[in-house]
Amino acid sequence: MAIEFTLNGEPQSLDVDPQMPLLWAIRDIAGLTGTKYGCGKALCGSCTVHVDGNPVRSCAFPVSSAAGMSVTTIEGLSGDGNHPVQKAWRELNVPQCGYCQSGQIMTAVALLERNPNPSDEDIATAMSGNICRCGTYTRIRKAIQRAAGGES
Amino acid sequence: MSGLEKLSRREFLQKTGVASGGLVFAMTLGIPRGADGADAGSVSPNVYVNIRDDDVVEIYCHRSEMGQGIRTSLPQVIADELEADWDRIELLQALGDPKYGDQNTDGSTSIRKHFDVLRTAGASAREMLIAAAALEWGVPAAELVARDHAVHHEASGRSAAYGDLVAAAAELEVPEDVTFKDPADYRYIGKSMDLIDGAAMTTGTAMYGTDTVMSGMLYASIERCPVFGGTAKSIDEAAALKVKGVEKVIRMPEPTSPPAYNPIGGVAVLASNTWSAEQGRKALAVEWDTGLNAEYDSESYRQQLVDTSHKDGKTALNRGDVNAAFENSTRVIEADYYAPHLSHAPMEPPAATARMHEDGSVEIWAATQDPQSVQGTVAALLEIDKAQVKVNVTLLGGAFGRKSKADFSAEAAWLAKKTGKPVKVSWSREDDIRHGYYHSVSAQYLKGALDDEGNATAWLHRSVFPSIGSTFSAEAAGPGNFELSLGMLDNPYAIPNMRLESGDAKAHVRIGWLRSVCNIYHAFAICGFADEMAHEAGADPRDYLLRLAGQSRKVNPADHGAEYSNYGQSLDAHPIDTARYKAVVEKVSAMAGWGRDMADGHGLGIAVHRSFLSTVGTVAEVRVDAKGKLHVEELWLVIDAGLVVNPDRVVAQMEGAGIFGMSLALHGEITAKDGVIEQGNYDTYPVIRMSEAPKAINVHIMDVDAPPGGVGEPGVPPVAPAIVNAYFAATGKRVRELPLKKAGVV
Repeated sequence: MAIEFTLNGEPQSLDVDPQMPLLWAIRDIAGLTGTKYGCGKALCGSCTVHVDGNPVRSCAFPVSSAAGMSVTTIEGLSGDGNHPVQKAWRELNVPQCGYCQSGQIMTAVALLERNPNPSDEDIATAMSGNICRCGTYTRIRKAIQRAAGGES
Repeated sequence: MSGLEKLSRREFLQKTGVASGGLVFAMTLGIPRGADGADAGSVSPNVYVNIRDDDVVEIYCHRSEMGQGIRTSLPQVIADELEADWDRIELLQALGDPKYGDQNTDGSTSIRKHFDVLRTAGASAREMLIAAAALEWGVPAAELVARDHAVHHEASGRSAAYGDLVAAAAELEVPEDVTFKDPADYRYIGKSMDLIDGAAMTTGTAMYGTDTVMSGMLYASIERCPVFGGTAKSIDEAAALKVKGVEKVIRMPEPTSPPAYNPIGGVAVLASNTWSAEQGRKALAVEWDTGLNAEYDSESYRQQLVDTSHKDGKTALNRGDVNAAFENSTRVIEADYYAPHLSHAPMEPPAATARMHEDGSVEIWAATQDPQSVQGTVAALLEIDKAQVKVNVTLLGGAFGRKSKADFSAEAAWLAKKTGKPVKVSWSREDDIRHGYYHSVSAQYLKGALDDEGNATAWLHRSVFPSIGSTFSAEAAGPGNFELSLGMLDNPYAIPNMRLESGDAKAHVRIGWLRSVCNIYHAFAICGFADEMAHEAGADPRDYLLRLAGQSRKVNPADHGAEYSNYGQSLDAHPIDTARYKAVVEKVSAMAGWGRDMADGHGLGIAVHRSFLSTVGTVAEVRVDAKGKLHVEELWLVIDAGLVVNPDRVVAQMEGAGIFGMSLALHGEITAKDGVIEQGNYDTYPVIRMSEAPKAINVHIMDVDAPPGGVGEPGVPPVAPAIVNAYFAATGKRVRELPLKKAGVV
């Protein structure tokens, strides 16, 4: 039976194994490749998307669990790529290889929606599930502060 | 010898710098209009530049982007010499092709080895456009200047946009001798231009190796023997083929000896999507013949390395008489340093897609650092000509040396040929961690003597590790000079008696290059032991580094018998200059407030190391809490890389090196038991997360008028010893083994 959910505002009906992780349904079936695989075990955060506004590790989230819900990926975060978090990321030239940054941005956006003025500790707590092997953490921290309206 | 082995040998020589002298000059002269695929309305003065008559300058990036920012820095150099407008350039990623010269993006070479090539590419285009305008206007070229994407004749007030000069330029010869700009006139070189790929990387549109999708494509997941070199005895594929979406099960080509960049055997499951391929793979029943490496055990192997390091080795450099100095000294210290195998663990595991064309050629899309080596490896495997292997280079989701190997591209090509369909091979994280080209495990033995004033009088250093050479030659017995040249033979210390030796070790896994390579364990041992010598002398460790560096001078390891490669470049242009070393010591210690009062449990440590022709100094401030756990509070990194093209990218590389260095210092360890790698994902092979990151990583770039050195790798080596030295300052406890978690302090 097809699994129905909303992806970046568009209705989806996918005839897939209900156990297929949302990540592979998004990438291989729906064809949106901005969400990345990094570990397959919810250890690294590269695959983070929003499900009904909550950050979810899509590599360990069965597509069936998204049924009837609204899924947002990096492609659907803003119409023009100018979400304040995306802008801050570019202004501070955060990315190095860039691969983990979809997940970093999605986690950061979810943080700021819950907590518009996070402390350094709040940021570290929220972001520590997202690994960046290039080591852009100090810039990610500054970019989140900037998007929050701080000084960085 | 087969063609494959010949190729591997040649690649090996190229990579190790044995066969390469100075600059590879890749310019081809005079590609006429319309030829070589160039549009009729354009002119290509060389392979890196194509000027279109719509005024757009196309620049071909022949180096791979893996986070170092080369897709921004490379066009900065060309556009600057070309006097092109940054907003009217279009960056294209070059295919793998020998016409570009060396494309192997490793060794921190993209700027240091290509700066003059790129400047020439821009300058020759600029001079050709000037010559075209001179011809059109009937004025001497000397009266013309190129500026802001146009040629101007000040005397008459005439100007012509570059696009309008394309037709005339296409009739001209490409100038052979060009004049470079005065550095004082640089517009882009030395400026922190924003990332070319910044928008793509923040909107999910950047395309990596794993993002290739094509009609009818199969997704492959490959089960490989848990022990390196083993082979499948029997395969039961029935259950796998019953998994929904699975289409085929294919046995991979057997591993070769030496492994080089060839596939390592196993069984591929191909399906209509990644998940089905993985489920099918789990349903396989494979019985393995684990082969020759099934007894590889990291614990017993370690003892072998340490035992070897305690015996006389092969002398690589000798000055004075260390044995006499040890006999005559009353203050002699010795130490064993040990550092394990590491895995690159880039966020994007290896991934490549391949498709056969009807003419028998194959096209590949790969996250590769080295597209020409993909051409060579795939051509040999498929028994076709290299020219029949077209390699498209995607963005690389991290690489750190792992993606300089063509194995995963070769797997995709093999499966595309077997199936006749496009095939994407994606490694899982476990595949990546368990079947890597590992950074070498190493034992380092050091012995030093001091006189009554605390001056170092003798230094003996033995380095023992299985060689990268083992990946390319089954006979490789131990360290090569190209590896000892990575941070051991260029020891700058002014110690009258010095002997540097190596000891042999056999490899039981594939050994490869990892960001900064042997410099990791050499710097760990040298900078750690220098700190031990300082404390033995009762001296401040920072002041002692200045004493060890001695008089300002240029060190030549060949003076004492060493075959030192200096990263393939000349010692005249890139000297081992102790004045520059000392300047880095002074700057980084001043930045960190060296000598300030420290709170209880806090300590500062310093380490300075030259690699890839640049010198980096690191100071770490650590805090040790009530439970004895170590926290890195802050890092300072100072780099002398000579001229830098994009300062912000250099700062970013130092920030990243701080984190990468912390990962290997605190957590990084790959071990084998019964030949099987014991780690598999970020839970068992942890890397630094934001919760462990320092509150600040402070970076300074030295202002030095010198040719560019490397940037991507040199920041890594001094980080671990700086942390270990800081831990000693905080606690009085010396750690000589990585990672620090082994000592229970993380």
